Amino acid sequence: MRYQFKTSYDRDIDLFGDAAQRNWYLALLAVLCAAPLVLEQFWLGELSYVFILSIAAVGLMLLTGYTGQVSLCHGAFLGIGAYAYAVLLQRGVPFFVAAPLASLITAGVGAAIGFPALRLVGIYLAMATLAFNFIVEYVFVHWDSVTGGFSGFAVPQPTVFGYSIVDYPLFYYLTLAALLFALFVANNIMRAPTGRALIALRDSEVAAQSMGVKLTRYKTISFALSAGLTGFAGAFFAHKIGYLAPDAFGILLSIQLLLMVVVGGLGSFRGAIFGALFVGALPSVIALLRDFLPQSVARQPGLEPGLFGLILIGFILFEPHGIEGRWRKLRLFFSQFPMYRVATFKKQKSFTKSERFR
Amino acid sequence: MSQVIQIFMSGLAEGCIYALVALGFVLIYKATEMVNFAQGDLMMLGAFVGYFLIVGLGANYWIALVGAVVIMAVFSYALDVFVLRRVIGQPQFAVVMLTIGLGFVFRAAASMIWGANPLAFVTPFTDGTTSIGGAPIPDVSLSIVAGTAVLCGLLFALFQYTPVGVAMQAASQNQLAAYYMGIPVKRIFALIWAISGGVAAVAGILLAPLTLIDTSIGFLGLKAFAAAVLGGFGSIPGALAGGIAIGLIEQFSGVYLMDGFKDIAAYVVLLLVLFVRPQGLFGAAARKRV
Amino acid sequence: MIALEARELALHFGGIKAVDGISFQVPERSVFTLIGPNGAGKTTVFNLISRIYEPTAGRLIFEGRDITTVPPHDIARRGIARTFQNIELFENATVLQNLLLGRHAHAAGNVVAELMFLPGVRRREIAHREAVERVIDFLNLEPHRDTLISGLSYGVRKIVELGRALCTEPRLLLLDEPSSGLNPEETDDLVFWIQDIRDILGITVLMVEHDMGLVSKVSDHVLALNHGQVIASGTPGAVKSDPQVVKAYLGG
Repeated sequence: MRYQFKTSYDRDIDLFGDAAQRNWYLALLAVLCAAPLVLEQFWLGELSYVFILSIAAVGLMLLTGYTGQVSLCHGAFLGIGAYAYAVLLQRGVPFFVAAPLASLITAGVGAAIGFPALRLVGIYLAMATLAFNFIVEYVFVHWDSVTGGFSGFAVPQPTVFGYSIVDYPLFYYLTLAALLFALFVANNIMRAPTGRALIALRDSEVAAQSMGVKLTRYKTISFALSAGLTGFAGAFFAHKIGYLAPDAFGILLSIQLLLMVVVGGLGSFRGAIFGALFVGALPSVIALLRDFLPQSVARQPGLEPGLFGLILIGFILFEPHGIEGRWRKLRLFFSQFPMYRVATFKKQKSFTKSERFR
Repeated sequence: MSQVIQIFMSGLAEGCIYALVALGFVLIYKATEMVNFAQGDLMMLGAFVGYFLIVGLGANYWIALVGAVVIMAVFSYALDVFVLRRVIGQPQFAVVMLTIGLGFVFRAAASMIWGANPLAFVTPFTDGTTSIGGAPIPDVSLSIVAGTAVLCGLLFALFQYTPVGVAMQAASQNQLAAYYMGIPVKRIFALIWAISGGVAAVAGILLAPLTLIDTSIGFLGLKAFAAAVLGGFGSIPGALAGGIAIGLIEQFSGVYLMDGFKDIAAYVVLLLVLFVRPQGLFGAAARKRV
Repeated sequence: MIALEARELALHFGGIKAVDGISFQVPERSVFTLIGPNGAGKTTVFNLISRIYEPTAGRLIFEGRDITTVPPHDIARRGIARTFQNIELFENATVLQNLLLGRHAHAAGNVVAELMFLPGVRRREIAHREAVERVIDFLNLEPHRDTLISGLSYGVRKIVELGRALCTEPRLLLLDEPSSGLNPEETDDLVFWIQDIRDILGITVLMVEHDMGLVSKVSDHVLALNHGQVIASGTPGAVKSDPQVVKAYLGG
C-alpha cells in the first residue's frame, strides 16, 4: 500500500498528490514529447485529434461532471469556436490572438445560453441545449456572408514559428501544449473556491445557496468556462478538419462529446481524457477490425454506430463509473494485491430515487 | 381558405405522430422516471416490422397493424426485463445515455436487416383524398388523426378503469409504497414499456405512407421529445398538445416564413416557452422539501 | 440585545396557513428552541429565515436590520448559517471540501486569478483551511477529513453538517432537528457542543428539536407552535407543563 503523508496544507492544494504521482505524469509527458521521433505522421495526426477532443471533453466535464448540468450543445460550442477562429484568421488576425479570442467569444455565447438556461433542470435543460444546437447549425447555414453557408470555406493556414501551422510535428506539439494548458486551468478552478461552489450546486442547490453560493452566478460561470474551453478546442479542430461546413457540428458531435465524459467517467478530468482517447480511437480500431471480419459483416454501413451503441450500453450497465472507475479499481487491486475484495465496489440494490424535485 | 385548411390538416397529422411518440416518452417517464431517448427508434422499428408483415409476408394491413403492435410490445417488454431493469436506481442521466446507445444499436440493426434504402408499403389510405370545407385532404392525414384519437381513448380507458391501469398509476406515484402494497412493480414497469412499444408501432405504421421508411425516421423522435418537453414532461395531455402544437407550427412556418426555418421552428418555440415557463406548458413546478 | 426578531410572520400556501402571524425575539447568545407537533410550521419558519420561502406577510429583523427581502445567498454573508432536517451535504465531495464550502461566504474570488491559481489565491486557501481545521478540532472530525460524505454514517454526517454551518462563522446558527437519528452518546455530545457554541464561540442558536431531554438541558427559551401559531413561550419547564402544549402533543 502507498500512503501519502501530508505535512503542510500546501500538500493538499498542490496539483499532484505526491512526488510519485508527479513523476509518473512527467514520465508520460516525456514520452508524448518524444513521440514524433518514432511515430509516423498519420499516428501523430490521430494523437493530435485525441488531444483536441480531450480539451473539448475537459470543458464538458467541467459542466456536466462537476456542475451536474447536462449539455447537448457542446458540438455547437466547438463549431462556434472553430468558425470564430477561422473567420478571425481570414481577417488577418495572427494565430496567437485568434485562438484565445475564439475561446473568449465562445465563452460569451456560453454565458448567454447559460443565463436563460439557469432555471432549467434535468431533462428540460437537455432539451433546451439540444434546441440551441439546432439553432446554431441553422445560423451556420444561413449566415452566408460570414460562414459561407452550406458549402462552408477552407480554414486559412497561418504561419507559426516559421512553419505552416498544419505541419507536423508542429501541430502535434501545439495541440499537446493546448491540452496541458486546458488541464492546468481546469484543475486550478476546481481547487479554488469557484470549483467547490460548482460541486456544491451539483450535489445540493439548497445547501449551496444557504452557504452563500449565488446560483445564477456560478451556473453562468460554469457554462462560460465550459464553452470557453470547448471553443478553444474548436480553434484546433478547425485545422484538423481543414474545411468548415455546418454539418460537421451537428447534434451527433454533441452526443459524441457527451459519450466521452460518460464513458470516461463523470467527475474526473482524467476520465474526460480516457473518454476522448476511446471515442477518438474507436473509428480507427473499427477500421482495422474490418480487415479481419467476413466481407458481409465488414461492409455493413451500420457497423460503426452499432458497435458504438453496444459499447455505450456495456459501460452504463457494467461500469457506470466509466474507464476512470475501472482504472481506480485496477490500481486498488494492485496496491492491495492479495487482500483485494471484489465487494469493495459492490453496488447496493436500490429503487429509483426521484429526481423530479431538485 | 382551402389552403389554410390543407396546411392545418397536414400539420395536425404530423403533430399527431409527434404526439404519439411523445406519449411513449411520457408514459415511461411518468411510471419509471426513465427518459427513453430511443422512443423514436422504437417507432422506426415498428414501421419496419409493419413493412415486413405487409410486403414480406403479404399480410392484410389491419392484421399487420395488430401484429406489429404485438411484436413491438413483446420486444419492449423484453428490453425492459433484460436491459433497462438493471439501471433502476441509477441517475436519470445514465438512463438517457443508455437509451441513446440503444438507439444507435436499433438503427444499426435495422440497416443490417432491411438495408439502407428507403422502403414503402401500400395502405388502404394511400393516394385517397376526402374533401373538407372544399379542400382535398389526403386520407393518410385523416387516418393518422383518427388513429391517434382512438389510441388515446383506449389508453385513457386502460388507466382509468382497469386494475392494471390503476396499479400503473400507483407505481408511478410512489414506487416503494406501491411495492409494499403488493403491486408487482417490476412487471408493471415492463408492461408500461410494452405499451410504449405498442404505441410506437402504431405511430410508425401510421407515419409510413406519409414518408418513406428508412433508418433515419427515428430522428423524428427528437422533435417528439421537444413536444413532450414543451407540454411539460410527465403530463399526458401536455404531450398530446405539445405534439400537435409543434406539428402545426412546423407546417405553417414552412409555408409562411423564410426558407429552411421550418426545421428549427419547433426548437425556437420550445426555447422561448422554456425561458418563460421552465416546467413546460402543463408541467407542475416542483421543488425539493428541506 | 436581540439577535433575531420575527414580527407577525406569516406564510400561506393557498388556503393552508403554514405559519400564521407569529412573533418572537431571540436574545443574543442564547439557545432558543422551537417545539411543536409535526406540521406545526417549525421548519417553515427556518425556511423563511434562510429565505427559501417568501413570507406572505410580516418582517424578519436580524441584528436590527430588516432581512425580509435579502436574497437567499446573501443570508450566510450576513451571519446566519443553518443545518437541514434531512441533511443536505455535498454527497460526492470529501468532508474537507464540504467544510471549505462553508467558507464560501468569505471567499470572494476572482475567477481569472483562480484560473491561473495566482499566489493570492493560494494564500487565501490556506487561511480558509486554517479556519476549517479549527472547526475540525472543535467537533473531533479529524478521522473523517478526507472521507467522501457518501461513505459516512448518519451520525457523522449530522456533525459534518453542523461543522459546515460553523465554518461560515455565523452569529446566528439555525439547527433543524440536530439530534434526529443520533444515538444517545452522540446526543450527549451534542448537548456539550451546543453549550460550547453558545458560551465559547458566542453564537446565538435557534433550533427545532423534538427530544425534550435535549431541549430542557440546553435551551434558555422555548417557543411552542401548533398549526402555525404560537401556543406557549417561556422557560423549558414552563412550556413543558403548559396545558395547551400538552393538549397539542396528545391530540385533541
